[in-house]
Amino acid sequence: MKLLTHNFLTSNIIKGVKNGYPLSILPGKVEMKEVDFNPEFITRMLPKIEWSALQKAAKECGFEEGLPDTVGEEQLGDTDLLKRVHKALLEIEVVEGKLVCPESGREFPINNGIPNMLLNEDEV
Amino acid sequence: MSLTSLSHFPTPKISHLSTDDFKFIYEPAEDSFLLLDALEKDCVRIEKLRPCICLEVGCGSGICITFLATILKSWPSLYLCTDINHKATEIAQQTGRENGINIQPVTTDLVESLDVRLKGQVDILLFNPPYVVTPESEVGSKGIEAAWAGGERGRQVIDRFLTKVSDLLSEEGLFYMVVINENIPEEIEQMMKKEGFDMETVLTRRSGPELLSILRFHRTQA
Repeated sequence: MKLLTHNFLTSNIIKGVKNGYPLSILPGKVEMKEVDFNPEFITRMLPKIEWSALQKAAKECGFEEGLPDTVGEEQLGDTDLLKRVHKALLEIEVVEGKLVCPESGREFPINNGIPNMLLNEDEV
Repeated sequence: MSLTSLSHFPTPKISHLSTDDFKFIYEPAEDSFLLLDALEKDCVRIEKLRPCICLEVGCGSGICITFLATILKSWPSLYLCTDINHKATEIAQQTGRENGINIQPVTTDLVESLDVRLKGQVDILLFNPPYVVTPESEVGSKGIEAAWAGGERGRQVIDRFLTKVSDLLSEEGLFYMVVINENIPEEIEQMMKKEGFDMETVLTRRSGPELLSILRFHRTQA
């Protein structure tokens, strides 16, 4: 699971959970997988990304390079920054781990890089 | 596999899948290949859209989302797919890898857990639903039956999903869905018209007793 995907997941499918975002990551096995850098793709995706959720997720996965608190339009020309964003969004792979609902604490497993968001009948 | 003789895009390799896998997931068949042919037929339109986010619901083996990604190879997009069957999402990821595509699967029921953040964001939406007419009791499995069991008129899962399309699709987004005649496409067209969508039938093909169609929806232009 890439952090780009994580950015789009919520747990408000659980009965009683209001926002369920962002899900915390408890990493079990994290890998770095090289992906071709495409600055245009990054600038296209950026407006759709919840930046603070990405920043938090990257930290939880041990992303040492770190991300700034905000990314303004004037920074979109900064290739070094875009490369760091690219690395966080696309190259960090959570292979095994858990996603945790911030309101209920309910854990969703990530196995073989795939999050399982299915609920039990009593949770819906 | 594809019946189109002039194929510009290679049909995704699925040689990594075994007969054993098909005990658990849907083996690509005429319906899958018809959807591939429809996407190929629409490739210019799809490329022109310059999609950012593509989503396949009920991806099964992952052959369709992989093929879409192959069409768009020079224009990177986020390829998400879901399936209620965890074996399917695992296999879809593999299918992507075997074809040099990165698919991001999520095991979930339709678009649960993704729909909030994907509101108005999906540029290409694919759905090859469980369209077979079956007793209602057969609907709701998380195993291979989920691939075909459609309940009354084969519409139980289709209708549940159709209510979500308007929220998911971006302004210029395209939604492709496989149906059979028994699903009454004309009725689906009327339902979606009320939601503000125009429908076209991209391709039709008979496969044994089934008359398959690929329907394409987009927002009615003012």
